[in-house]
Amino acid sequence: MTDIAIVAYHQSKAVSDVGACNEVELIMPVLTEVYRQLGIANAQDVDFVCSGSCDYLQGAAFAFVAGVDALGAVPPIRESHVEMDAAWALYESMLKIRMGHAESALIYGFGKSSPGELPIVLSQQLDPYYLAPLWLDSISLAAMQARILLDAGRISERDMAEVVSRSRRNALANPNAQLAGDISADDVLAEETYVSPLRRADCAPVSDGASAMIICTVEKAREWGVPYALITGIDHRMETHNLGMRDLTDSRSTRLAAEGAGVGAGKVDVAELYAPFSHQELILIRALGLGDETSVNPSGGVLAGNLMMASGLSRIGEVFNRIIAGEAERGIAHATSGPCLQHNLVTVVEKA
Amino acid sequence: MSERQDPVTGIEAPIYLKYNFTAGAAPARFLSQIRKGVLTGQRCPRCEQVYIPPRGSCAACGVATEEEVVLSDKATVESFTIVSIPIPGNPIQPPYIVANLVADGANISFIHLMSECVNEEVHIGQRVQAVWKPEEEWDYAMDNIRYFKPIDEPDVPVESIGTLPVSGWEG
Repeated sequence: MTDIAIVAYHQSKAVSDVGACNEVELIMPVLTEVYRQLGIANAQDVDFVCSGSCDYLQGAAFAFVAGVDALGAVPPIRESHVEMDAAWALYESMLKIRMGHAESALIYGFGKSSPGELPIVLSQQLDPYYLAPLWLDSISLAAMQARILLDAGRISERDMAEVVSRSRRNALANPNAQLAGDISADDVLAEETYVSPLRRADCAPVSDGASAMIICTVEKAREWGVPYALITGIDHRMETHNLGMRDLTDSRSTRLAAEGAGVGAGKVDVAELYAPFSHQELILIRALGLGDETSVNPSGGVLAGNLMMASGLSRIGEVFNRIIAGEAERGIAHATSGPCLQHNLVTVVEKA
Repeated sequence: MSERQDPVTGIEAPIYLKYNFTAGAAPARFLSQIRKGVLTGQRCPRCEQVYIPPRGSCAACGVATEEEVVLSDKATVESFTIVSIPIPGNPIQPPYIVANLVADGANISFIHLMSECVNEEVHIGQRVQAVWKPEEEWDYAMDNIRYFKPIDEPDVPVESIGTLPVSGWEG
């Protein structure tokens, strides 16, 4: 398969409420920054644009269409959208490039989750006949998953608290993080329970923000003359809608996607995992076969700020940044969608 | 199998989601002004086109629009249609006119209604002016303007529509 180069990436700071800011105003600053990194003017200077967002988050119908006003789509451009995390917009863009229909692509994701009640909004992605009418929120479902893991002795509450502690401490070095601090596992364990057995700190915060990335062929990257990293593997797998059919203590879809993406073909220096709940990071580490040689979520991950529909793309961007900075040679990025890690995408990024 | 079941043709699954919706920064500025009876647009720093209502970007250039421009409530008909069917839930009676209008001082049209006109005589290039609701009814809303009505000014040639200054049209 043709390797694809990542040449530019930027994420806005994750904030709990971005206030009076529409989708155009949310997207435009991150686009401006990736254009600046390449010295291009607007979306006319790439061959394809693909975005990821979900209008349910902000409660604005066709916000994803309105967002096109940020692009400079006159004359008309080749544009597409996924009602998913923008990591899947990256996947679509890679297919476009590999089919020879484009040399370069702009990908962006945005999420304004603050206007609604996010866990309740996410209940509407469930089975519409049996589950959505019960208003099963995303936190309750994750809590049931954590309960199985704890009861089976697979993990302990301290293991979960240590995930939170590491996230908060790593986030101290991440200027875009929403939650950061020198917090120990004991500090986390001293918190009261929120939705048992989860504490608030076990759950990713509600965040507003956006991220953007530009990918292209290696030839185009050389033409632009900027540092780049290579996407050498990508795969995604989805599990059934029926939670009762799934082994919630494992993530088989992540395991299979990792095999498909070739994660095991080399050392993994860094892994950015989209785990909206602390126990899910532990599931993912096991499913991906990560050991002590891998730095997990050096950005703090999404427990430090969770841009719905952009955090998956941001995981890939964070690995890109580590490689460009010379801190890693090979890394993996994981994106998820759906309740209890239903749908998972794994990307391998390597030094060029 | 037991007895034959009647087919289930529907279930009730109402969805209630509450949102604390906020207009964006650019729409908020526009809405604050229209509450005072003033139409404002924004100018693109690159192509210099003026947009109303503004959304914070020039959709053509993909750059942020910051400069606020006060516009006239006089406008020119860029296009129109005579609608002969009622709008569900809207008190306006058919036949009525929906028009693409360009306010003086703006370059890009917006859509509004026309009334106090002979529908069959409405034409492209026709000059119109806003008919506002009483001031005490003004809100953060485009329907502070009830509709636009024709005014006694010469027609604007097609090639000049969208190029008039805020000071208006002398013919």
